[in-house]
Amino acid sequence: MIVGERKPLAEIAAMLEPFKKVCVLGCGTCVTVCLSGGEKEAAETVAALTLLWQKEGKSSEANSLTMLRQCEYEYIDDLAAKLSEYDAVLSLACGVGVQTMTTRLQDKIVLPGLNTTFMGYPLEQGVWTENCLGCGNCVLDLTMGICPITRCSKSMLNGPCGGSQEGKCEVSKDVDCAWQLIYDRLIKLDLLHRMETVQPPKDWSTSHHGGVRTTVREDVKLESGQ
Amino acid sequence: MNPASNLQKMLDGGHFAVSGELGPPKSADISTLKHHAEDMRKHVDAYNITDNQTAIVRTSSIGVAATLMQMGLEPTVQMTVRDRNRICLQSDLLGAVSFGVRNFLCLQGDHAMFGNEPGSKNVNDIDSMQLLETVKNMRDKNVFIGGEELEHPLPPVFIGAVVNPFADPFEYRPYRLAKKIAAGAQFVQTQCIFDIDRFEKWMEKVRDLGLHKKVHIIGGVTPIKSIGAARYMQKNVSGMIVPEELITRIKGSEDKKKEGLNICVETIQRLREIEGVAGVHVMAIAWEEVVPEIVERAGLYPRPSLD
Repeated sequence: MIVGERKPLAEIAAMLEPFKKVCVLGCGTCVTVCLSGGEKEAAETVAALTLLWQKEGKSSEANSLTMLRQCEYEYIDDLAAKLSEYDAVLSLACGVGVQTMTTRLQDKIVLPGLNTTFMGYPLEQGVWTENCLGCGNCVLDLTMGICPITRCSKSMLNGPCGGSQEGKCEVSKDVDCAWQLIYDRLIKLDLLHRMETVQPPKDWSTSHHGGVRTTVREDVKLESGQ
Repeated sequence: MNPASNLQKMLDGGHFAVSGELGPPKSADISTLKHHAEDMRKHVDAYNITDNQTAIVRTSSIGVAATLMQMGLEPTVQMTVRDRNRICLQSDLLGAVSFGVRNFLCLQGDHAMFGNEPGSKNVNDIDSMQLLETVKNMRDKNVFIGGEELEHPLPPVFIGAVVNPFADPFEYRPYRLAKKIAAGAQFVQTQCIFDIDRFEKWMEKVRDLGLHKKVHIIGGVTPIKSIGAARYMQKNVSGMIVPEELITRIKGSEDKKKEGLNICVETIQRLREIEGVAGVHVMAIAWEEVVPEIVERAGLYPRPSLD
């Protein structure tokens, strides 16, 4: 899932400064699951803003709404009429949602209420961890399910650097060394010989380094080209 | 192939090599560094020049190498993959070779969060292993990473790597050396050796694999200047082991600096006894003035003249 974190209230209040009527818009998918931008968080953000504005003697007003996915036009269209009464939308979706909203609702000001942090999963209650960078050229077959691009702090493809100690990465004792994990897993699977092969430089052109990416699937496109 | 450098000549000729290390300053004034280089002139075979060590912005390794060349000294240019992509790494290599640099040490580099620009992007376009192979392919196959050919063949260059017997997984480390040799390493320098027992264990496995016959292994040593410095390395430098008994020994001595030097000299003497160790790399960053004394006391002076 896409994981996000709500921006600090002061930053949100500063970006909402010019607006009188604001819709805090939750998103019902990834950010709901990671407890950062769903219905509950939208309501909490409205409550916090209302309190702040009252304290500051401001007349601004905020209400909350939530939709299933801010990253798809059909859901945006369903809500477009309701949003017309607001000066601005504070989106609690990820950056994908904020931009899809902006693209679809050209006359609306849509502002980011979250920092989109990474693609990952819940490690335990209240802890999320990154495990995919979306590089466009998956190597998980080489390392049997542990991504060195994402989980090695130096994205190394050829084994652990000299900073790996007692299973931890040099950047933090809280971060596992991905290559220690890969090493242990390959031993378990009797595939350690895989680490002998010198992996060539990665082609990063499939990642963001190749510029903005678009996937086109001719087989599922509508004839009209929509 | 003809030896690319004095360092290679020394190692290929079976002489126990000695290299020094120079850390460029956080300014363009390299006069102090030049003094240090001059002071070691007769005591080391080549000088490593660090590449923005611990991710701190400093005068570039290649820039300093140009000055050393003018002084008639032999640099080993360190190149990390942290700050440059493959375009820049290959271009810098050509640039350095163009004015006579022949020794290159390929490293990954400490993570940028440790340095004075923690907000910078860590490039890591290729990794240290791939850099070794890149230099080897440029030299031996006349090709860049992208497959295009160099317009003119590269002269011989001497390719180095680093290895850390003190990092984990310990059992894997000799195999990592094997991989670096396969990728192109002709000489390797180790992380500072304080835990010599662990180093010997690593060397045993290295010899079992026959790797000491395929690559020149240069042991890294650092004289401990103070208890504070030892504690700092013990706690803050990634991939380093400083045994507590060393600190206790220095603490219990009358002249702590002298004891630090004694330990360094003893380490070199032990390294010379270990089969497969081809030289020593003295990293006396911020204490460069003691290098001649260390080299002399370790019985490695005068240096053989190979011209």
